[in-house]
Amino acid sequence: MKAVCWHGANDVRVDTVPDPKILNPRDAIIKVTSTAICGSDLHIYDGYIPTMKSGDILGHEFMGEVVELGAGVKNLQIGDRVIIPFAISCGGCFFCNSDLWSLCDNSNPNAWMVEKIMGHSPAALFGYSHLFGGYAGGQAEYVRVPFADVGPLKVPDDLTDEQVLFLTDIFPTGYMAAENCQIKQGDIVAVWGCGPVAQFAIKSAFMLGAERVIAIDRVPERLQMAKEWGGAEVINYEEVDAGEALKEMTGGRGPDAVIDAVGMEAHGTGVDALFDKVMQSVRMESDRPTALRQVIVACRKGGNVSLAGVYGGFIDKMPMGAAFNKGLNFKMGQTHVHRYLRPLLEHIQKGDIDPSFVVTHQLKIDDAPHAYEIFKHKKDNCIKVVLKP
Amino acid sequence: MEEITSPKNLSSESPSSLGENERLTSLIGGGALVLMGLRQGSLRGALTALTGGGLLYHGATSKKSITDTVGDAVGVGQTVKVEKTVSIFNKSPEELYQFWHNFENLPSFMRHLKSVTVIDEQRSHWVVKAPGNSTVEWDAEIVIDDPEMKLIAWSSVADATIDNSGFVRFQTAPPGRGTEVKVVLEYNPPGGIVGMTIAKLFGEEPEQQLGDDLRRFKQLMETGEIATTEGQSSGRGREGSTA
Repeated sequence: MKAVCWHGANDVRVDTVPDPKILNPRDAIIKVTSTAICGSDLHIYDGYIPTMKSGDILGHEFMGEVVELGAGVKNLQIGDRVIIPFAISCGGCFFCNSDLWSLCDNSNPNAWMVEKIMGHSPAALFGYSHLFGGYAGGQAEYVRVPFADVGPLKVPDDLTDEQVLFLTDIFPTGYMAAENCQIKQGDIVAVWGCGPVAQFAIKSAFMLGAERVIAIDRVPERLQMAKEWGGAEVINYEEVDAGEALKEMTGGRGPDAVIDAVGMEAHGTGVDALFDKVMQSVRMESDRPTALRQVIVACRKGGNVSLAGVYGGFIDKMPMGAAFNKGLNFKMGQTHVHRYLRPLLEHIQKGDIDPSFVVTHQLKIDDAPHAYEIFKHKKDNCIKVVLKP
Repeated sequence: MEEITSPKNLSSESPSSLGENERLTSLIGGGALVLMGLRQGSLRGALTALTGGGLLYHGATSKKSITDTVGDAVGVGQTVKVEKTVSIFNKSPEELYQFWHNFENLPSFMRHLKSVTVIDEQRSHWVVKAPGNSTVEWDAEIVIDDPEMKLIAWSSVADATIDNSGFVRFQTAPPGRGTEVKVVLEYNPPGGIVGMTIAKLFGEEPEQQLGDDLRRFKQLMETGEIATTEGQSSGRGREGSTA
C-alpha cells in the first residue's frame, strides 16, 4: 500500500509498504478514505519530536471503512464507516474508566521510555514517535487500529468525510480547550493562534456561552477565518502589541480565560522569542513557549489558562511568578477525544457547526510531500489539508 | 553486577540490627518497601524462616562469606534484588491470585521465561531463554501459599544453577483503585563466566525488566492482550521490533 513515511526533518515521502495485518484480537484494519495533516504533525516534520525513526508512517487524523476485524471486536462489522480518535485507549484501565482517555495506562508498548522522562506514560498516539507507542499512522491506504472495540465511532452516511473527519482530533481538541476555560456568563476568551484547532476553540467558546472571543495571530487569511467563520475579534500581533491591545479591549481587566492553541513552536517578535529560537535550534530547549508566556501575562487575575497546543519537553524562562501571584488556574493535556465524539457528532448533525469550513486543500496522498511544505510555510493560504488515498 | 535495591540508600538502619521478626513483618506487611529490611539479608532466608525451616542458607545472615566478599570486589556473583508494584484496575486480589497461582501462566507476560511446568502442588520446573538459543533451567518450590493474604512465595531448590526466590502479594487498593500487585525478586547468580551470562540474561537493568513484565501482566489483566507494534508495517518493511 501507499503510506506517508517520515525520513528525517523536512523529508516525508510516499512509500510503498506492506499492508498492515491484525496483530492482536482487538485490532481492526481500516481502509482509509480521508486523512488530514495536523499542526502537531509539523512538530515531527520539523524534527522536534524525539524517537522518530526513518520509515515511520505518519498521521493521526483519519477515517475510513472497516475491512478486517480481530476475533475480539464484536461491536463493529466489515464495511462500517468509522472515525478513529487519535489517542489509543484500552477501555479497561483506571484512566479510561475515569473518562481520561488520553491518559490510558495500557496502549503504549514503549511506556518505559516515557516513564523515564515524565514519570508515567500517557496513552499511545497514532503515528507520533516511538515515545508514544510507535504505532503506524493513518496517512496511508490502510491502517491497523488497536482496541478497535473502544475507539472507532460509526458515522451516518448523510454526512461527508470532511464534516466528520475532524472529530478525530482538532474539533474535540478545540472544544476541550474551550471547556477547560470554564466559561461563565460575561466571559471574554482570548485565543492565541488561529490555526485549525484555534478555529474550533473559537466556535466552541461561543457554543459554551462566551460573551466575546478575541483571536491573535499574524497570518491574514487565518485572522480572516477567525473573524468571518468564528465571529471573533482579531489582533495581528505583528501590527500591535497583543498584550496592550487585549487590555484595551477588555476594560483593562484582561481576558477571563486564555487559550494557547500554538504550543511548542511559537513564533514571536520579542527578545524572548529570539532566545527560544536559538535555544531550540541548538537543542538546549525542546519547546519555544512564547505563546505560553504571553497568555500567562495577559490573563486576568484568577483567570483560567487552557493549553491546547502541544508541549513535548522542557521550557525556559517561564513567568511562574506571574502565574502564581495572579492566582491562575491551569488546565491542559492531550484531548480525551472519546469523551467528545458523540456529543460533538450531535452538534454536527443538528447543524450547529459544519467542521468542513476549515478545509482549504484537498489533495491526493501522492501529493503529501507538497502538502507538508505548503502547510508548514502557510503558502497558498493553506490552513488545513485533507489527503485522499 | 551491582547489588540493586529499591530505593537506594534509603535505609538508615543498619540491616544487621533488624531483628528477624521485623524483617518478616516488613515482608508480610507488603505496604512498605520490603527490600529495605533485606538489604543484606536474603529473601530466601526470610521466606525459609517464615515457614519454620530455620535460616539454612548463608545468604540469610548479614555476614558475608569470603567468596561473596571476593565476588563483591570483582563485581560478579552479587545478589540482585528488585521490587516493583503496579495497580490493576478491574480485577480483584482473588482473581489475580488465581491467575498467578498457576505458574504456567507466567511466561505469557514474563518475556525471558520460556516455560514453567508445574510438577506438583509444591514443585515447578522453570526454563529461561538464554543467549544463543540455549536455556537455563531449575526447579523451584512454593514456600508460602497464603490464599487469605493473597501471598505466594517461591524459591529455587538448593542445587539450582541460579539461586533465586521471590514473592507476589495482591492487596486491595483504596476504593476505586483496584488491586496493588507487589513483586519482590532476588537472584544470586554464581560467579565467573556462567554468572556473567546469567547476569546478562536477567538484564542490565533487572528493575526495568521486572517493571516491563508487570506492565505486561497489567495489560493482559486489564485488556486481555499485550499492546504491541511487532509485525506492523513501515517504510522500513515489516518490523521485528520497534522498541
